[in-house]
Amino acid sequence: MIPELGHFALILALPVAAALGILSLAGGQTGRADWMALARPGAQALWWLTAFSFGCLTYAFYTNDFSVMYVAQHSNSKLPDLYRVSAVWGGHEGSLLLWLLMLTGWMMAVSIFSRQLPDVMVSRVLGVLGLIAVGFLLFMLITSNPFVRLSDIPADGRDLNPLLQDPGLVFHPPMLYMGYVGLAIPFAFSIAALLNGRLDAAWARWTRPWATAAWVCLTIGIALGSWWAYYELGWGGWWFWDPVENASFLPWLVGTALIHSLAVTEKRGLFRSWTIMLSLIAFSLSLLGTFLVRSGVLTSVHAFATDPKRGVFILLFLAVVVGGSLILFAMRSGKVRAGGSFSLVSRETFLLVNNVLLTTAAAAVLLGTLYPLIIDSLNLGKLSVGPPYFNAVFAPIMTPVLFFMVIGSYARWKNDTVAELTKRLRPVAIVSVLLGCTLPLLAGAWSALVAMGLTLSIWIVLASFVQMYRQFKDTANWKSTPISYWGMHVAHIGIAVCVIGITMVKGYETEKDVRMTIGDTVDVGGYTFRLTGIQQVPGPNYNADRGTVDLIKGDRVLRTLHPEKRTYFSSTMPMTEAAIDTSLTRDVYVSLGEKLEGDGKPAWAMRVYHKPFISWIWLGCFLMAIGGGMAALDKRYRKKVAAKLSLKDIKGVAA
Amino acid sequence: MKLLVTLFLALQCALGAHANEAAPLAEDPVVEQRLITIAEELRCLVCQNESLAGSRADLAMDLRREVRTLIKTGKTDAEIKEYLVSRYGDFVLYRPPVKPTTWLLWFGPLLLFIGAFWLLVSIIRRNQRQKDTAVLDAVQRAKAQALLQETDSSK
Amino acid sequence: MKKALIPLGIFAVLLVFLAIGLTRDPHEIPSPLIGKPAPAFTAPVLNQPGQTFAAKDMLGKVWLLNTWASWCVACRQEHPLLVEFVKTNPLPIIGLDYKDKEEDGIKWLARYGDPYTVAVTDRDGRIGIDFGVYGVPESFLIDKAGIIRYKQIGPFTEEALRDKLIPLIKELNK
Repeated sequence: MIPELGHFALILALPVAAALGILSLAGGQTGRADWMALARPGAQALWWLTAFSFGCLTYAFYTNDFSVMYVAQHSNSKLPDLYRVSAVWGGHEGSLLLWLLMLTGWMMAVSIFSRQLPDVMVSRVLGVLGLIAVGFLLFMLITSNPFVRLSDIPADGRDLNPLLQDPGLVFHPPMLYMGYVGLAIPFAFSIAALLNGRLDAAWARWTRPWATAAWVCLTIGIALGSWWAYYELGWGGWWFWDPVENASFLPWLVGTALIHSLAVTEKRGLFRSWTIMLSLIAFSLSLLGTFLVRSGVLTSVHAFATDPKRGVFILLFLAVVVGGSLILFAMRSGKVRAGGSFSLVSRETFLLVNNVLLTTAAAAVLLGTLYPLIIDSLNLGKLSVGPPYFNAVFAPIMTPVLFFMVIGSYARWKNDTVAELTKRLRPVAIVSVLLGCTLPLLAGAWSALVAMGLTLSIWIVLASFVQMYRQFKDTANWKSTPISYWGMHVAHIGIAVCVIGITMVKGYETEKDVRMTIGDTVDVGGYTFRLTGIQQVPGPNYNADRGTVDLIKGDRVLRTLHPEKRTYFSSTMPMTEAAIDTSLTRDVYVSLGEKLEGDGKPAWAMRVYHKPFISWIWLGCFLMAIGGGMAALDKRYRKKVAAKLSLKDIKGVAA
Repeated sequence: MKLLVTLFLALQCALGAHANEAAPLAEDPVVEQRLITIAEELRCLVCQNESLAGSRADLAMDLRREVRTLIKTGKTDAEIKEYLVSRYGDFVLYRPPVKPTTWLLWFGPLLLFIGAFWLLVSIIRRNQRQKDTAVLDAVQRAKAQALLQETDSSK
Repeated sequence: MKKALIPLGIFAVLLVFLAIGLTRDPHEIPSPLIGKPAPAFTAPVLNQPGQTFAAKDMLGKVWLLNTWASWCVACRQEHPLLVEFVKTNPLPIIGLDYKDKEEDGIKWLARYGDPYTVAVTDRDGRIGIDFGVYGVPESFLIDKAGIIRYKQIGPFTEEALRDKLIPLIKELNK
């Protein structure tokens, strides 16, 4: 019964979304207030219906209702409770429902936090989002219904892929989808602006917090994915340039360019066409990512099980949404001509430079990701484009970005001089170069790449701290500095921290692949690891070989680690649960391999890694997210509320 | 006393006997290191996008065995890659070879970079030209004033 | 207006490629050995200890090398088709038992039929690697001069036998 109710809620959501889409947009176009008034309640109704449907699916999973095909495919009675819930988005159909939940959730947020926007704008924005929801609802109802029942009810489910039975899965997809879908909001704002013909600083101020919020979610989502791959997959890697990873990274790169372009548009009314274009591209890349992951055109560990019908549907959807938005852009961009000017040396220029670089980097990654597909379509054979290509191409494009970031934040708006900038930045530059080039010597071997990475990171950190300090000291009332100012610096420092992590890990990580019997030791990275025992340990839905490894420094046992090798009942592939000791300066990572054949004492294959500063990668992302959050919560985006209060106060006083 | 010392030393020996340095898994760590460097740039043919170095699939283990043998017989990296490419095609390389079909791939980013730079320059130039001509006359100024007032009232 | 159409143009081109991509199989790896000489090999004959078979024994004949294994599920689909095929087509098929235990291979053939002129074993998969085998079953049609003319990736289907293999055999036999 419950699954049928969930299904019915989705069916009901379709006309609601269609009405919302058509009437709100028509209302905005014709100025009919009664149609426009449908926008907010429509969006909220859509959220309730979707949430209800999602709740029904979750209930089916929680109660082990294997008569629902999707539950039978992705769950199991022995699956622990937490994973029963996260299994809801473990497969294609459920993850689509999660997508829809996020979309309607954002729509709900827009409907609530938009009191200061004119109704025309709100109805257009929600209308566009409603139409996108129509597309996803049609997709689900026609090709990917999670509520399909089985006539032959299995005794037990197939179980969730063991790789996904992990806390990372609980948070990574929802966060990622929040980001992907969140980019639909600036997309909708841009469509509304193109329809409106009006694109001023006010529009940029309304759009900016939404774009930033979506970017924050995407940052966290990608960081969680990378971190999860690192500790779950057992080989110590954290980024593979897999097509699906790229599919999330592309909107992030363009999203970063977008939030900075919005800054210029808000402050100076410039780059309007570019801001619109970037917001259209960002969401288009989100949709492209959806296509790549679910259509089967590319090989990836992340790809969902495929069905050609689904691929065709998404492609059509992509064509309509992206094609439609680009046609509208071509038609209306003439009306969006920029005003104002800026000199060659100014903050605008540096922001433009970096935006162009970010977009170029995104284009390069897109090229590499799609190239095998293009070559195959042209019947020119089968190619692979992997990490060697992406690393070779991405780093050189992004390196100048790190350099210009600082100059951009120091330069004045509209007009500045090279002499002035040099004067302000020279001390920072000198210290950065000195530290950056000498620190590698302390760490061990000197390498030019490490020196460059460190120099640029220190350059960013120092420059930010100097600026923050000046703001603190030189401003009469530093507390009145908007929080978004501090947020900018926190986010920039976050990038620097992330780059330090990447540089140090790539420069200095070490590993050893050894054969260990009980009592053996191995030395890696200045630590000694001693295997003291291996036991058989049963789990809720698996059996594990659990090793006990002492982590020793000098003659002190710092900690005992327990790497595991699990065999899940539902799968024949054994899973490694690596044991990791994390600290600010390094991770040590122990991975238990197979039991080795041989006479004598039983022995196991063990892989031990020492990864210096690797946690800085995700710490940096976390800082970026915090910085973005601070920027999005700036008071000026909530001005109408403040105005309301003071008016009331005045009225109160007068009375 | 002597007995105690002897016992103590014997105990140390016994303990020492347990603290063995683990032997490397590979027969020859130098060969293994080279194997990993080469295999990281090769693709596991039966996996869903994994490198030959990391994959646990049967074919991957067989191919690693082959590469190991080739390394031991003194083949260069290029010869080893050629060995695999002649059997499996370019698909097996994660670093696509530079040939006419991949010129766009390898030179594309550079072209994009140059194109981006040219775009940058043209935007800045266009803006500089606009700066010199953007002066309002009296009629335009009045119109601007009216628009501003209208915007303020409609907020 | 014209410049603003560029993104749309790029997108349209992209769409075309994506659409074509939907009709492709990214897992299928075409063989670079088509048109090249089949790798020379000698292999022990299954069920005849001490006897070996050499690929050069087949020179002057058009023949099919079929890889199979007792642990291979798809082979069970393909095998009856091959058994039927040799009844009406005088094509010598050499079966390569890939990474299999001899007893298992013998049992499997006894159970499902033996269409092979000769069945040989490839215990460690070396011969398979030389042929660029990455999955089982795979089959190679080799002409009189020892050149590989066609590779069947995955199990043979009725259509593949009828539309690809038979015409090609006819042509190569002229």
